Amino acid sequence: MSTAGWAVTDSWTMTRRELAHWARQPVQLVVGLAFPVMLLLMFGYLIGGGAGVAGDYREYLVPGMFALTMAFGLDATMVAVTQDLNKGVVDRFRAMPMTDGAVLVGRSAADMLQSAVSLLVLVGVGAAVGWRWHGSFGAFLGAIGLLLLLRFAMLWLGIHLAMVAGRPELVAAVQILVWPIGFLSNAFATPESMPGWLGATVEWNPMSATATATRDLFGNAGGGAGTSWAAEHALLLAVVWPVAIVAVFFPLAVRRFRALSK
Amino acid sequence: MIVVEGLRKKFGEKWALDGLDLTVGRGTVHGVLGPNGAGKTTAVRVMATLLTPDAGQVEVAGLDVLRRQREVRSRIGLLGQHAALDEELSGRQNLEMFGRLYHLGARRARERADALLERFELADTGRKAVKQYSGGMRRRLDLAASLITEPEVLFLDEPTTGLDPRGRTEVWNAVRSLVGGGTTVLLTTQYLEEADQLADRISVIDKGRAIAEGTADQLKSRTGGDRIDVVLHDAGRLTEAAALIGHRAGTADVTTDPDRRLVSAPVADRMAALSAVVRALEETGIEAEDVAVRRPTLDEVFLHLTGDPSDRADDTAATTAQEVSV
Repeated sequence: MSTAGWAVTDSWTMTRRELAHWARQPVQLVVGLAFPVMLLLMFGYLIGGGAGVAGDYREYLVPGMFALTMAFGLDATMVAVTQDLNKGVVDRFRAMPMTDGAVLVGRSAADMLQSAVSLLVLVGVGAAVGWRWHGSFGAFLGAIGLLLLLRFAMLWLGIHLAMVAGRPELVAAVQILVWPIGFLSNAFATPESMPGWLGATVEWNPMSATATATRDLFGNAGGGAGTSWAAEHALLLAVVWPVAIVAVFFPLAVRRFRALSK
Repeated sequence: MIVVEGLRKKFGEKWALDGLDLTVGRGTVHGVLGPNGAGKTTAVRVMATLLTPDAGQVEVAGLDVLRRQREVRSRIGLLGQHAALDEELSGRQNLEMFGRLYHLGARRARERADALLERFELADTGRKAVKQYSGGMRRRLDLAASLITEPEVLFLDEPTTGLDPRGRTEVWNAVRSLVGGGTTVLLTTQYLEEADQLADRISVIDKGRAIAEGTADQLKSRTGGDRIDVVLHDAGRLTEAAALIGHRAGTADVTTDPDRRLVSAPVADRMAALSAVVRALEETGIEAEDVAVRRPTLDEVFLHLTGDPSDRADDTAATTAQEVSV
């Protein structure tokens, strides 16, 4: 088989490893999928209201939850990479004649798959609580694409951070920080309802850009509502932000992985 | 089969390897003996392509490990200090996965996994996740994973550290069964007895360089061989007993430790010395609480080779567990 052929085979073997983890620990998988559903129901019914939202709050909230779930994927990636690095199994992979990048490609394929399933579940639950998309099917696919693009950016950021932090304690610290950063967005409330400086910060959050752009594509309330530059160019930012994050952290993560031999 | 010349590797300000030389012949078992921090693991990681050295030459199976990494990787097996396994998966899933990554193909990977599970008596572990294995089982599976491609060179980095005596025996037996199959084995250890049991030749390393090399017998005779330890009932008779034991054991190199009421001397012939000393103590009426013949501890080997007593409390504790009491 050719080098490229082995690269695909090895990456698939590494992806299967993650799938085998799911099969062996279905509870963990289900909890992972249920968590964003729980958040969605909590904000939709318990905390409900949504400051500054004109129109149906759930139509506003559901795309925000999509974006938040993709952003919180950072946490799952970091935990998995840190565990691998601390357990010595990566040493065995590295001492084998397998394709260099297969460990990382397997990780990304599995995480993207998990996120796609998670998104599918959320779309189902969203529809059940009354969320609808009003645009074309093409626009729907575009929105899903933007969400997965955000997840892809979080994936490489997560791999890099896990390799920099390296230890479970530091991962825990980042896990806590993910919360305020995730909530400093327009997922639950409009920036206009916040103090000026905070609203401005929130609009520039990459997650807000993705949420606004997907609301727009789904034809939901809050799409294109803002008047700032960031809000008006949400679609552009929803592409540029993740691409920029990948452009910075993909090479850094790969370099870190290679530097394991330093 | 392994040639290491002038290997140097720096971590921060410290030279973990400082001009290490090592030669291992084809089909032999070579022990690398040294205390914690001597550079054993660093050396193995360089030889197994996991670490890039700062200077020096390393050839494994006739190949330069820096230039022909992938070819080296397909010819070696590595058993590291920490289990290099996926703890969430079963033993079979681990071996099949590694087999696929060695590019055996699905069917051969499955067959190889079956054969290795059988050989290392793990066939009945079923679907059990590796994290539920005992230490010895985990080590055996790790060893099986290192043998998937029947490597030409096998690196074993402290294969029995942290195992109970039963686990240790299991691993020793597994390593012995490899010898004769033509595999070249490089084994690092903190235990003189382990090197003694398994290795054809031993390199003693300290501070990143080799300070002695030879067979176990050669090294032991250089360090004075076995020792006899006598613990007295009455510390007051320590000097008298030291003279007596020195005389019977035929040596002037007797040490005493008043706190432990201990007299210690090197002996040439274990059993003869033991009975001579016991008889002499009886004749003179010096009461002993304990008499034991033991191998030199790693500390004593180092003391002898470096002439520099270093505080290696951990290693002393580790080797005391290996003493042979009579």
